[in-house]
Amino acid sequence: MSDAEEARPSPSAALALLARQCLEQLRPAAIGLVLLTLITGAAYPAVLFGVGRAFFSDQANGSLVLRGGAVVGSTLIGQGFSRPEYFQPRPSAAGNGYDATQSSGTNLAPANPKLIEQVRQSAQAYRKLNGLAPDALAPIDGVTSSGSGLDPDISPQNAALQAARIAKARGIGETVVKALVAANTRGPDLGFLGAPRVSVLELNLALDRAAPMPKR
Amino acid sequence: MRWLEYLVFLGIVVGLAKPTGLYLARVFEGRPTWLDPVLRPVETLILAILGVRRDREMSAPLYFLSFVLFSLLGTLALFALLMLQTALPGGPADKYLSTPTTPDLALNTAISFATTTTWQAYAGESTMRYLTQAVGLVSQNFLAGAAGLAVGIAFIRGLARTDSPTIGNFWVDLVRAILWVLLPIALVGGIVLMWQGVPMNFAPYTQAHTLEGPVQTIAQGPVAALELIKNLGTNGGGFFNVNGAHPYENPTPLVGFIALLAIAVLPASLTMTFGEMTARPRAGWVLLGVMVALFVGGLAVCDQAEAARPPQLAAIHLVGGNMEGKETRFGVGDSVLTAVVTSNGATGSYDSMHDSFEPLGVMVPLVNMLLGEIIFGGLGTGIYGIVMIALVAVFLGGLMIGRTPAYLGKQVTASETKLIALYMLLTPLVVMSLSALALTSKDGLAAVVTNTGSHRLTEVIYAYASSMANNGQTMASLNANSPFYNVTTGVAMLAGRFGLAGLALALAGRFAAQGRLATTSGTLPTDTISFGALVLGTVVIVGALNFLPALALGPVVEALQR
Repeated sequence: MSDAEEARPSPSAALALLARQCLEQLRPAAIGLVLLTLITGAAYPAVLFGVGRAFFSDQANGSLVLRGGAVVGSTLIGQGFSRPEYFQPRPSAAGNGYDATQSSGTNLAPANPKLIEQVRQSAQAYRKLNGLAPDALAPIDGVTSSGSGLDPDISPQNAALQAARIAKARGIGETVVKALVAANTRGPDLGFLGAPRVSVLELNLALDRAAPMPKR
Repeated sequence: MRWLEYLVFLGIVVGLAKPTGLYLARVFEGRPTWLDPVLRPVETLILAILGVRRDREMSAPLYFLSFVLFSLLGTLALFALLMLQTALPGGPADKYLSTPTTPDLALNTAISFATTTTWQAYAGESTMRYLTQAVGLVSQNFLAGAAGLAVGIAFIRGLARTDSPTIGNFWVDLVRAILWVLLPIALVGGIVLMWQGVPMNFAPYTQAHTLEGPVQTIAQGPVAALELIKNLGTNGGGFFNVNGAHPYENPTPLVGFIALLAIAVLPASLTMTFGEMTARPRAGWVLLGVMVALFVGGLAVCDQAEAARPPQLAAIHLVGGNMEGKETRFGVGDSVLTAVVTSNGATGSYDSMHDSFEPLGVMVPLVNMLLGEIIFGGLGTGIYGIVMIALVAVFLGGLMIGRTPAYLGKQVTASETKLIALYMLLTPLVVMSLSALALTSKDGLAAVVTNTGSHRLTEVIYAYASSMANNGQTMASLNANSPFYNVTTGVAMLAGRFGLAGLALALAGRFAAQGRLATTSGTLPTDTISFGALVLGTVVIVGALNFLPALALGPVVEALQR
């Protein structure tokens, strides 16, 4: 016999019945909240934590990169580069640039004059740095800010345009640089998901290994 | 290449709809499943501790009140946790937590997570303790998601049953939704995400010595615990400020794709659950067909807007689509697909910044939310959203051909029609009133200062549409962490969650108590392609009548101005 079948008399009596039934739900509501929170908010994260530690400890700890025993960054998190001998990442709106405690995009509307001016200046700087003609086509990813401000990647077209400058700054052949770019380029996942990309930090680490710069 | 990704996504969602939908029907009808040997004893134990009997069913009002009570206690508990979080042990260090959890922010956040909105007026990495995220936010992602699924199932029962005073037991449905649906998928999915690079640690923020010298501090945390369930429960609140755009939340396009499937598959398959439980499988296919048609339409518009060279930047000679606010690994295609799926799925886990979308690009997610999340929709809430539209279509169709409106043998009389009309009016009423309030008050306007012109109007409407739809995504230049927005968006979230669910369950109770009319030659057929077209037309008419003026003054004007 179900609760609702018990009585159907006057509206006020029905309301009183509903109120009583509702009070009876306090216990499952309170105990349920505690118990189910323990299962989903304590046991579930704990199990994932354990599995992560046991099987994916590198990823679980943030895919950190070590060089000479020191953490130099994370393969997943973009970092700032401004020297000519390094591939440059995209402009960043996270804090003062690549602040990985303050992820952020610019959130500027496409028609916002501030955005158009920012992009214009970035494009100018990009062309100047890479020795391109003032009206040469520039890859849009190189002059716009990413959503996170921590984008670790640039497009292969962007990397290709920077290769000549890198080769010159490091005194090595452009083919060597291009080979390193190719080695650090990933196509779309499974061949069709997302876009091809070049990891800036990994590429720059490979450059330092292949053609170290003299110590400053 | 972009359309290949879109097509594969749709193919998987539609392909999985039937098997998943039938599984859900089995689970909530208490029929045997292959997980029973493990989960049955756990369920029995939990129900015993709760003092709930499986066979003791609830009337629609009692079911609704149990749902409200559970959500209310969840809100209060989370509010308390947020107010006390500075006393919690563990990271991140205090110096990184620059945003204090003020009472209005804590209340907004508590309501937001208990209603699956997970609107974020705060930035995760500068506000939340690890333990707050893991214990408080992760659990509410499960519990609120499961509660929504329970309500959706109870709604289906209303149409499936005849002469029944009850529509199921909320606690039994809730526990089944967690044990048989959310927890197993979140466990497997969470492990896949860690393999792909999503962190799962409680370590202090990393101090990295970058190649050029400066120290980079990198926020860490138990990200993987939140990442899958935030999508599966159609909640969407991110671990970090930029949500799915953050490389730790979404390190690869594969992770992004899995997240999108987690959002869409269950709500899409509920159309099949609906068909199965009402014994009208074709009616389920019609609803799914309407969803897919609307989905493709929105996707085409958004893709067109974003993939073109940004017209405002034409003078700067650039190659590529609109990449401002988008990540290289996702490109335009993945970003567009994510914007469309997260706005359809009541899940705000965007992976690109919608504020920087072209006007017609951002109009698509806005319209998706204003329509009431009927394209797949929120977990459990999407099914009653689309059925409500179908009921309006039944009413209109009945008027046109002069027949008594009935859907699946259930009569739509005057009192049912009133509930349906109220349901349809609640979203425009709440969204437009609150937007008007914000636009005419100093506090409301103080939050939209980054951008100019009609874009600001879009940002405000977007915020309330998102809250009302329990979506949670934002045009992020809106400075939402102020008492004004924390309170008003909180009101919209409550209306969107409990107002709509209350009306849906009231209707379900009325339908359950009815008998079933026999199908005759005088019945308007509701499982045909032409009925699907009628539903589609109804969506367009209702949407246009409600929101066209607002859209015309917002994104449309902005698109024409360039």
